[in-house]
Amino acid sequence: MFKKILVANRGEIACRIIRTARSMDIATVVVASSADRDSLAARMADEVIEIGPPPAAESYLQIDRIIQAIQATGADAVHPGYGFLSENTRFAEAVVAAGAVFIGPPAPAIAAMGDKIAAKQLAGRAGVSTVPGHDAEIASAEEAVRVAADLGYPVMLKAAAGGGGKGMRIVRDESETREAFAATRREALASFADDRLFIEKFIEQPRHIEIQLLADSHGAVVHLGERECSLQRRHQKVIEESPSPFLDEATRDAMGAQACALARAVGYQSAGTVEFIVDRDRNFYFLEMNTRLQVEHPVTELVTGLDLVELMIRIAAGEALPFTQDQIRATGWAIEARLYAEDPVRGFLPSIGRLTRFRPPAEEHGQVRVDTGVSEGAEVSMFYDPMIAKLVTHGDDRKTAIDRMSDALDRFDVRGVTSNAVFLAALVNHPRFHAGELSVDFIADEFPDGFAPDRVSDSSLARLTAVAAVIHTIATSRARHIGRKILSDVDSKDSWVVRTGDTEDMMEVTRSDDSFSVKRADNTLCLSTGWRPGMHLFDAVIDGQAVCIRIAGGHGTYRLTHAGADLTLEILPPIVADLLHRMPSKPARDHSRFLLSPMPGLLVSLAVEPGVTVKAGDTLAVIEAMKMENVLRAERDGTVKTLHAAKGDSLVVDQQVIEFE
Amino acid sequence: MQDIIDELQARRAAARMGGGERRIAAQHKKGKLTARERLDALLDEGSFEEWDMFVEHDCTDFDMADQRVPGDGVVTGWGTINGRKVFVFSQDFTVFGGSLSQAHAGKICKVMDQAVRLGVPVIGLNDSGGARIQEGVGSLAGYAEVFQRNVLASGVVPQLSMIMGPCAGGAVYSPAMTDFVFMVRDTSYLFVTGPEVVKTVTHEEVSHEDLGGASAHTTKSGVADLAFDNDIEALRQLRRFFDFLPANNRQQPPVWPTSDASDRAEPSLDSLIPTDPAQPYDIKELIHKVADEEDFFELQPNHAANIIIGFGRIGGHTVGFVANQPMVLAGCLDIASSIKAARFVRFCDCFNIPIVTFVDVPGFLPGTAQEHGGIIKHGAKLLFAFAEATVPKVTVITRKAYGGAYDVMSSKHLRGDVNYAWPTAEIAVMGPKGAVEIIFRQDRDDPQRIAQRTAEYREKFANPFVAAQKGFIDDVIMPRNTRRRIARALHLLADKVLENPWRKHDNIPL
Repeated sequence: MFKKILVANRGEIACRIIRTARSMDIATVVVASSADRDSLAARMADEVIEIGPPPAAESYLQIDRIIQAIQATGADAVHPGYGFLSENTRFAEAVVAAGAVFIGPPAPAIAAMGDKIAAKQLAGRAGVSTVPGHDAEIASAEEAVRVAADLGYPVMLKAAAGGGGKGMRIVRDESETREAFAATRREALASFADDRLFIEKFIEQPRHIEIQLLADSHGAVVHLGERECSLQRRHQKVIEESPSPFLDEATRDAMGAQACALARAVGYQSAGTVEFIVDRDRNFYFLEMNTRLQVEHPVTELVTGLDLVELMIRIAAGEALPFTQDQIRATGWAIEARLYAEDPVRGFLPSIGRLTRFRPPAEEHGQVRVDTGVSEGAEVSMFYDPMIAKLVTHGDDRKTAIDRMSDALDRFDVRGVTSNAVFLAALVNHPRFHAGELSVDFIADEFPDGFAPDRVSDSSLARLTAVAAVIHTIATSRARHIGRKILSDVDSKDSWVVRTGDTEDMMEVTRSDDSFSVKRADNTLCLSTGWRPGMHLFDAVIDGQAVCIRIAGGHGTYRLTHAGADLTLEILPPIVADLLHRMPSKPARDHSRFLLSPMPGLLVSLAVEPGVTVKAGDTLAVIEAMKMENVLRAERDGTVKTLHAAKGDSLVVDQQVIEFE
Repeated sequence: MQDIIDELQARRAAARMGGGERRIAAQHKKGKLTARERLDALLDEGSFEEWDMFVEHDCTDFDMADQRVPGDGVVTGWGTINGRKVFVFSQDFTVFGGSLSQAHAGKICKVMDQAVRLGVPVIGLNDSGGARIQEGVGSLAGYAEVFQRNVLASGVVPQLSMIMGPCAGGAVYSPAMTDFVFMVRDTSYLFVTGPEVVKTVTHEEVSHEDLGGASAHTTKSGVADLAFDNDIEALRQLRRFFDFLPANNRQQPPVWPTSDASDRAEPSLDSLIPTDPAQPYDIKELIHKVADEEDFFELQPNHAANIIIGFGRIGGHTVGFVANQPMVLAGCLDIASSIKAARFVRFCDCFNIPIVTFVDVPGFLPGTAQEHGGIIKHGAKLLFAFAEATVPKVTVITRKAYGGAYDVMSSKHLRGDVNYAWPTAEIAVMGPKGAVEIIFRQDRDDPQRIAQRTAEYREKFANPFVAAQKGFIDDVIMPRNTRRRIARALHLLADKVLENPWRKHDNIPL
């Protein structure tokens, strides 16, 4: 077995690999950019080698520096994780040339599957069913139109070197094909430095289902069943599960057999994944093969009880698979949700900054698992993928796994940076998700106008208003315990008006120790809780059902997050609520069209001029305050209308700097 | 008997109608509550007891004899906020535009006299067009009577002002002398001379809002401590603010029961200070993580934001937080921030509120604007305030504590009771680069030597240990334990007795 493994990656996957290596008594080295010097992975690893500045191109993608790190530390094996250099043949070869073992497939297998056109041809020859299409490179728009007409619209234009959703376009008629051809080609060239395109039939409302493989160096190939990853947003997977609620035994076996056949055909070793798209009639077609560990591998681990990283390490060390296909058992159901630092309400814009609070739900063996690469106080930087954690739950059946996921998401307390937890909770609580009616268009279909977590069902609203009333009752009742006052004059009636949006409810709370009954119109709800002010999670039993609600705010304004709902509720004594009706509503000041100075300082430079269009994240201006430069970036795409300040100006807080159209 | 009772009820009803339905409707239309509605929102339900409801003015000039309204434009009395006593006066704009007559002033003076005698705070809700011009000098006398009482009550009972309408001319000086001034956005303004006079005298055209609105006073002038969106929000927040304060200078602030453990560790604070010494961070994160339930009532957040002041609680006890804010002007001290913090420190000292100071200060802001503006005198205010304060003082240096600013920020030398430093603290006369350029002036043109000397200086002084060796720092603490250490320090200091020498009063550089 290896003595020391170098992890050529960062974040949660680096931590994940280190954990297994440690359990196998293998020492670990992690490479780190200067931004990751104090990362969780760096703290977990036995050794850390800094390999360059924060941008991945100057650190995690620098083969030479990683090879130097291998030599400097004497690591005898390298795990590439996913992304970065994990599917780079040059890297795999360089590792071997440096005298270490690459924990992954042989370089030729990576190469064979890396080229999408070649991979599809190879798959076809290996007896894998492929999407009807034209296997050769399409040279011109005319050829594209001809091939598309033969296949029948809609068809998909795809970059040969594509992946991750880039360089793909769906076209539905001839004119669209002509238009899209050039654009896709440009995108392919820009993204992959390879402008070869091919065409295949586009499957409507497809599901994404993939088969996990393991192959050892002794010729054994097995599959560990499937994962369904249909819930995607812009081709990025959001929620994955195993097994698929859609597959029957026959389809599963057929897909597994074909995946194994492909692995044999390319001389595969290590863990790998064959991705298929599946149509409404359970016809499945080869999509691509990922010659690495997948992000979503934990769902397979939870249903099979296997450690895929351990198996990869053992296979790389030359060991034979310790089981045969018929010894593999899948039990129960597992679901994974990817927690991203992004704002689901504002078009999923990335959110960066310091994680002032990061408290994942408690892990429970076989039920709740959290894979993360960050800890409280960490900085989510703009340089890397915004995924901050993977939450995986398991249950005897799908319903149990879903309920555990919903609860775990409500308990995931992330502050300082906006996360998509509430969106993930909305997905797993969606009736269509419960019904297992998935497709890659699920999110686009169900959230066509974006995500609005403040639109909630009546029953959910009733529950949250009751919770708010109880929170407020507990918080204000403390006034009765402070000294030097006339007891009878303390607000002793716990009658509250709870306001949210346009609705207003009168609630009456009766308390006996930690049990409450909340009366609202004709309904009474019973609630018991040990919650005390300052706690971020409100654990309660409401009408016999245990629930957890995340709380922010205080002093009569509470933001409650639960099961995909995210509501801000205001609580007032009835007499005050009545007075509030006499207050005119003030229109919110619209600052969205302006870039405001977040601090007083000197405007060092403006990066834009009137008429310029900017993309979210683009630099707009630099402000210096006491020798410190602060870069202001565009929050969203837009066009600059006017500059309200000039270089050299002193700015005050919230001063308008740039106006957008 | 029944007749008398009926008359009482009729008179009360008349008084409660103030300036009548039409004027009440006009008041509502402006987005303002009436004087009595405001007291309903401020005080515990049913706790208000009105005094002097039947007081009327005795002016006979300019047909005033025919115009009498019971109460004369101000509602006074007392009530409770969360059961704690408070005297209140609430000017009624619907009656003579809330203008101040001698009788009106007399009512205010009556509650203020009682407040001082009984040790009960006073809250004034200001909504007044100004002096009752018909009364002439009688009205001016009324103002002065109020001013005198503001001064005598200062430091004896907390005085809070909420500006909820106009407050102009001499009238501004009563709220100006109270401890805290709050405003309501869009409906209140404060100025000595209004836009019309400004235009006549200086030909400057300016709106009421720009001259003396909530935004002007909470960002530029620093006259007001906070602004709120409407009357309701303002009064609900005023209740919350009141909960932090003791009733008078002989009492301790109320203790608020909490389940937030005093020894709560916050591991993330270990990484609050960025690796790069030039990079700012938000000191408010530290305040929130140290305070009970992350509850911090910040004052003047948009004025002199390079220093942060406000109230929180630790272990249920009120503390005043003062902290340099590295996010703004690198947290340096300047004229505005010195004045802002000095007055806050003196308030805390008046009312037995311990002061917790977080220090990350690179020095005083340089420049002619500062020097000619009197930074020497104004900076001295903060120094003076910390030095004279006898309440418990706990200080934590998180990063930079350079030069004179180190001394100023509640240092050990100014009778700091417990002074801690984080391991990231740098306590020195100045930053390494500046220091080296002075000490090794002869090497100025040799960047290599300068770099070497800078590294040496950094090694020697950019840490808390030199100060700790001299005993200027009581201990170097782990950032994660800051709440626990401060809570323990405050517990230790609970019965602190320290008195300044007798004098008539000190002579702070005003």
